[in-house]
Amino acid sequence: MTDSWRQPRRLLLLALGALTVFFLMAPTLVVVPMSVTASNALTFPPEGFSTRWYEKMLTDPQWSSGFVNSAQVAFLTAVLATVLGTLAALGTVRGRFPGKSAVNALVLSPLIVPVIIIAIGMFSLFVRWKITGSIVGLVLAHTALAVPFVVINVATSLRTIDRNLELAAMNLGADPVRTFRRVTLPLILPGVLAGGLFAFITSWDEVVVSIFLTTARFRTLPVEMWEQVRQVVDPTVAAVATTLLAVTTSLLLLVLVVRRQAPAR
Amino acid sequence: MSARSRHWGAAPDRPALALRNLSKVFGDVPAVDGVDLEVRQGEFITLLGPSGSGKTTTLRMIAGFTLQSGGTIEIDGVDMGHVPPYRRDVGMVFQNYALFPHMTAAENIAFPLQMRRVGRPEIKRRVADALGLVKLEGLGQRYPRQLSGGQQQRIAFARAVVFNPRLLLMDEPLGALDKKLREALQLEVMHISRQLGATVVYVTHDQDEALVMSDRIAIFSRGRIEQLGTGEDLYERPASLFVADFIGESNILRGRFEPAGDGGWLVRDPWRWQVGAAAAARASLEGGAAAALVVRPERLRIVGVDAGPGLATGVNAVDAIVRDVLYLGSMRKFELVLPDGNAAVVRQQRGGGGHEGRAGDRVRLTWAVDDGVLVADPHG
Repeated sequence: MTDSWRQPRRLLLLALGALTVFFLMAPTLVVVPMSVTASNALTFPPEGFSTRWYEKMLTDPQWSSGFVNSAQVAFLTAVLATVLGTLAALGTVRGRFPGKSAVNALVLSPLIVPVIIIAIGMFSLFVRWKITGSIVGLVLAHTALAVPFVVINVATSLRTIDRNLELAAMNLGADPVRTFRRVTLPLILPGVLAGGLFAFITSWDEVVVSIFLTTARFRTLPVEMWEQVRQVVDPTVAAVATTLLAVTTSLLLLVLVVRRQAPAR
Repeated sequence: MSARSRHWGAAPDRPALALRNLSKVFGDVPAVDGVDLEVRQGEFITLLGPSGSGKTTTLRMIAGFTLQSGGTIEIDGVDMGHVPPYRRDVGMVFQNYALFPHMTAAENIAFPLQMRRVGRPEIKRRVADALGLVKLEGLGQRYPRQLSGGQQQRIAFARAVVFNPRLLLMDEPLGALDKKLREALQLEVMHISRQLGATVVYVTHDQDEALVMSDRIAIFSRGRIEQLGTGEDLYERPASLFVADFIGESNILRGRFEPAGDGGWLVRDPWRWQVGAAAAARASLEGGAAAALVVRPERLRIVGVDAGPGLATGVNAVDAIVRDVLYLGSMRKFELVLPDGNAAVVRQQRGGGGHEGRAGDRVRLTWAVDDGVLVADPHG
């Protein structure tokens, strides 16, 4: 083993891998040291150490309302997308109806259609419905973007469970609703939870559609960051970015943990 | 146990299950093609046949998992046409057990009772009873993955009978187990079913299993019931070449039927074999029809060719050449070749005093006329 590592080819591969990881991670991680700078400017490397940008983030009403708005929108999106996505997955995996593959493609389309196009379409429609700048509009928009992640996760779980288990439940006297609640849902729960977390993350750091659908009075955190960076550039943005990153990373780790909870078999 | 029987044995005069002209078409392939079957209360009936013969599809239609294309299903005299599976009150044991992996054995058994809104204390008592019935007391708190295959199948069986269903359906329930365990469980399933007075419809492709367990057997072939009867009926009096071939070993002599008096002859030059009156009546063939005479291996006797033409009346004969003699402990099995090139088999009990044939010998096979069964020969 040790010998093979010394081979030049191995070394080259290792270097290439390290470089790739560096390129992927560096732009993300660079905000972490920048957020604790003592200087007033957003610089790298940071000068000194201070937590005052975190204090500002928590005390400044602009930032804190952004936090609350983002958390609310992401939570409601996660709930709505999980319910709708689970139902859609049940329909497309278990159901038999004409045009099933078309429906499936439609449900998954937000993954493929450029986000800017979705944003423009939703903006023009939501303006007419007068739900721009409201939590309702943003939750609906984010739900559309998040549903595919739930559908994919739940559909994968559904395909792995034995169809006979559901037939057995029905045979033993459980109607379709009770079969779902007592047998299907417990078995696909890891997939449902993973889908819900993905939905939360999707909304949590969504910026393009949010820019179109928010106003100065109702902004989510990523939109607030976008506005601030364009105007003042103070290190609070780095503190916010670090916080966002921390939340997203912990949720992704949670997804891994949930997925580990393999359906008991 | 009679106190348990809410349905079982409720109306002994009415069939527990009646299938009338039942059919199922997948695309344009008929999987089940006009099945008629009446199962009596408390009867153990087996659907036996090769894979793809329609037996499992029939079972799934009875359970309500598959909707029939035509015909009717009546359970306890009630038409099941539009009754969903969860209201049919039919227990089913699956080949792969289908135990809920996220519930313990006891929770699995309690499930059908919870669905029927039985009270907690009664559920507890009946689950304990059911665990006792399958001799798994003390294993109720285990999860299915902590149980062996045989134990899982017992739990699945307990779960299917704990709610006293009108019918118990079993789809090759022992297929995944090894031979020894399978044989032990065959007897156990049979005894418990009888003890409960359960009406059972059992699907298998294993003829020994069918013969051991069943009151009656329905032989399935190409979506139809070829023959319905007790194991003895099927073995001693097969109604078709398919059944004769499928159940046990058979010697088949092909020829043309010539009626004579009550019985007749099966003719294949230069041989003529007498057909008994009962056999001829059952087959009811036209004169000149292509037919076959079926004789079971233990009904044949081997005699020397020099036994001469003076056969006793009521005895048929054909010549054959011994190819192999197999020693099987309690018996000797002869494999022979008939004049038409077909194979023949003779089983001789030890000490039965038969001819000591050796490989290569030319011998004569004889059998009592009444031991020959006449069937139509569809390939003739």
